[in-house]
Amino acid sequence: MREINAAKIADAVARLYADSCLHLPESVKKKLYAFGNKAIIENFETNGALPLCQDTGLAAVYLEIGQDIHISGGIPAAVNEGVRRAVKGSYLRASVVSDPLRRVNTGDNTPAVLYTELVPGDTLKVTVVPRGFGCENKARLVMLTPGDGMQGVKAFILETVHLAVPDACPPIVVGAAVGGTFDKVAYFSKKAVLRMGPNPDPFYAEMEQELLEKIKNVALAVNLVASPTHIAGLPCAVSIGCHSLRWASEDIV
Amino acid sequence: MTEVHAPLTREAAEELRAGEEVLISGIIYTARDAAHKKLCELLQKGEALPIDLEDAVLYYAGPTPPPPGCSIGSCGPTTASRMDRFTPRLLEEGLRGMIGKGHRSPEVVEAIAKNGAVFFAAEGGCGALLARCVRRAEVIAFPELGTEAIRRLIVENFPAVVAVDAKGSVYNKWTI
Repeated sequence: MREINAAKIADAVARLYADSCLHLPESVKKKLYAFGNKAIIENFETNGALPLCQDTGLAAVYLEIGQDIHISGGIPAAVNEGVRRAVKGSYLRASVVSDPLRRVNTGDNTPAVLYTELVPGDTLKVTVVPRGFGCENKARLVMLTPGDGMQGVKAFILETVHLAVPDACPPIVVGAAVGGTFDKVAYFSKKAVLRMGPNPDPFYAEMEQELLEKIKNVALAVNLVASPTHIAGLPCAVSIGCHSLRWASEDIV
Repeated sequence: MTEVHAPLTREAAEELRAGEEVLISGIIYTARDAAHKKLCELLQKGEALPIDLEDAVLYYAGPTPPPPGCSIGSCGPTTASRMDRFTPRLLEEGLRGMIGKGHRSPEVVEAIAKNGAVFFAAEGGCGALLARCVRRAEVIAFPELGTEAIRRLIVENFPAVVAVDAKGSVYNKWTI
C-alpha cells in the first residue's frame, strides 16, 4: 500500500488555492476572448498581479483518493493549513464567518469545505475551487415531479438565469443537474459548472445548445448532467459560475 | 465619458442620466453588509456616524489585503441588492452615490429619486483591474470587521455606468 503524509495535501492546497485565485484556466480564457468583454479580458490579463476577484471565495477542496493509498496525519487539518498558508502568502481575502447567524470572521478563511471521493488505484488528486458568493447566492434547487418533465427542467433553469443576472457577474456558466436525490443533485450541479465541453449524451448535448441559444448574451455555456433517480422524483439543481471561473487541480501522487 | 467628482453634490448627481458612462475621481468609502448594519444600528440609537454621509459616495466592496507596495488589493464591486434594506435610511442622511453591481429594488429606486441620488454599476469580477484606480486606502471605521471595515479610498478615473439616475430611470447593461 502506498503511503503518503497529509503534509503533502497541505502543500498542494496552498499552491492550488493561490494559483486559482490569481490565474484563470486557459480553457476559460479562451471562452472569454471569444465573448469579447474588454474589461473582463483586461482584468485576467493583469495576470497574477492581484487576485482576479476580491472575492477569493470559500475554498471548496475536492480530494479524489485512490483506495490503495494510506494517508498518515489528519486530512481536514491539512486542508485548512493549506488554505491558511495561501491566504497569508498570496494576500487572499478572509471571507469566512464561523457561525452563519453570529457572523464573526475567522480571519484566515478557514475552514474549507471538504469533499472526499474514493476512486480505484493508488493516486490522489486535489482540486481547489474558490467559491465566490456573488454567484453562489444565485444557485437554486427544486424537487420537480416526473410529470414536469423536460419542459419543467428547462423552465426552472431559465428562470434561475433570469434571477442570477446581472448580480452573478456575467457572462456566466450554468451547471444544471437532474436526477439523484436532494443532496446529490446540488453536488452534481456544482461539478457541472466546471465541465468543459458538451455532455457526451447527444440527448443532453442538444438540450444544452437549445438553452444556451436563449441566453447567449449573458452566458458562456450550459452544462447539464443527469443521474438515475426514483420513480416519483425529478430533482433539479442549478449552479451558476461567474466569468471569473477559477479552479486548479493536480495529481499529487 | 463623463467625469464625476466625489463627494458628489445633489446638483451634479441630478445632471447624470441612466446609461451614461462615467469616470469617478475623488473620495469614496467602502461599505458592505456588516458596515451597513452597523451604520443603521447607530442611527437607530441616535448616535453619531463615523463618516459624514452628506454628499458621500459609498462603494460596496470588500478588498483583498494589499500586497507590499500596493495601496489596496483586488477591489471590485459586490452585489448591491444585499444593501437594499439599509439604503433608504442612509439616503435620508444625505448619501448621494453608491457603486455596486446588479439590480436595486423598486423601493431603493424610489428612494434614490426622492433624495436626488445616483447608483453607479461597476463591472463585476474585475477587482484586479479596478484596484488600479485606487490611489490610497485607509481604514477609518469598524476595523474589527476586517475586509468589511469602512475604508476611505482616493480614486482616479474609476469606470462605471449610471444604473439608476436621480429621476429614478434605470439602465441594465446585461440583458438576456
